[in-house]
Amino acid sequence: MEVLLPRTLEEALAMKASTPEAVPIAGGTDLMVEINFDHARPEILIDLTRVAELASWRLDGDRLFVGAGMTYARLLRELPQMRALAEASRSVGSPQIRNRGTLGGNLGTASPAGDSLPVLAAHDAEVVLISAARGERSVPWDAFLVGVKRTSARPDELILGARWRALGGPQSFSKVGTRNAMVIAVVSLCFALDPEARTARVALGSVAPTVVRAPEAEAFLAAAFEDAGVWDDPGAPVPGGTVEAFAERVVAATRPIDDVRGSAAYRRHAVRVLAQRALRWAVGERATEAMVS
Amino acid sequence: MLIRLRVNGEWREADVWPGSSLLFALREELGLPGSKNACEQGECGSCTVWLDGELVCSCLVLAAQAHERTVRTVESLSEGDRLHPVQEAFLEAGAVQCGFCTPGLVVAVTDLLERDPSPDELAVREALAGNLCRCTGYAKIVDAVGLAAERRREGAW
Repeated sequence: MEVLLPRTLEEALAMKASTPEAVPIAGGTDLMVEINFDHARPEILIDLTRVAELASWRLDGDRLFVGAGMTYARLLRELPQMRALAEASRSVGSPQIRNRGTLGGNLGTASPAGDSLPVLAAHDAEVVLISAARGERSVPWDAFLVGVKRTSARPDELILGARWRALGGPQSFSKVGTRNAMVIAVVSLCFALDPEARTARVALGSVAPTVVRAPEAEAFLAAAFEDAGVWDDPGAPVPGGTVEAFAERVVAATRPIDDVRGSAAYRRHAVRVLAQRALRWAVGERATEAMVS
Repeated sequence: MLIRLRVNGEWREADVWPGSSLLFALREELGLPGSKNACEQGECGSCTVWLDGELVCSCLVLAAQAHERTVRTVESLSEGDRLHPVQEAFLEAGAVQCGFCTPGLVVAVTDLLERDPSPDELAVREALAGNLCRCTGYAKIVDAVGLAAERRREGAW
């Protein structure tokens, strides 16, 4: 076994090009567990924690780019206004884990339970990959996360980060687990309204081989808001039954399985509850804002 | 592979298997067994140390990642036989039973109080969410944090 310690992005890309089998390691919160338990013995590891270019973010207007090396602790401290991202970051592990775990780690591990992934999906994020040979390329999140712990990154590529348009409406991230800390999501849900585009976004974790969106539920809700005039008047009442009908459509988008963390039936139930809650929070928040202004 | 790191103020070298964790290097190569090895998956916090000033589980840090970096362990807290005020508070409050989780908790509590001298109980529980104790039920640990916070406000450290 060997560990490569690049100090710059250029060095890291050159190493990944010459040794494409090298496995990237950053916070180690997934990979070190595999190594400690002898479940993985990568021949070559490439440590990305010294590559400063990865550990930054920038906001150009409403376009946010978050580098793969950004830890959850830094996302919480530095981008609290990105509410769903902040809520998801806060739900990661414990203080020790949030100091190490990175957005790029969630992407690279590609677990359907990755806490930040529903947030990226709800924002239609692009994953930015980079290689020495071809430079940068952007891939929509759903073309990047292709299966359980499978991505479309090529062997000579590193994850540079993710990019998305920040949304102006209410948003939330919720997660069900056995306690508030150190929990792998039994289900997770990110909900966001985009009043400018008059669309709703809902993304789910731990209920399918990858994070999934619920497009039919989103279209149903956008149309229901249109009919009831909610997009134009945030104080307008949402017709009775809308919340429940939306949640049923969210549940229909899931393909949960029974596993050690929960049964498929429980996951469907939890998704229904989270979807209703998230929608009620968002509607309430818009109505309150309308009243105040 | 040979790594060089600053541990508790002193530059040290260790010859480690490249897949070793920082915890292994501290305990087995550098003679610092204060950080405990329990879950090896970041769940229990008994291996908690500071890496470049940040609280981390040393079992999840590759030893090579600590090369040319600064590590501070629980051993840095006491001076000879004189315990750190957080350690004193743990003893006084009865927050130590079997003692296995204590080093990690003491480090996490010290980290918390260095950042926030007056945490409320929710902040304490949140800050210690990554440290498991299977003996005390946590009540005495929360008491110990209150006691240590009081001492810190009085200027004990």
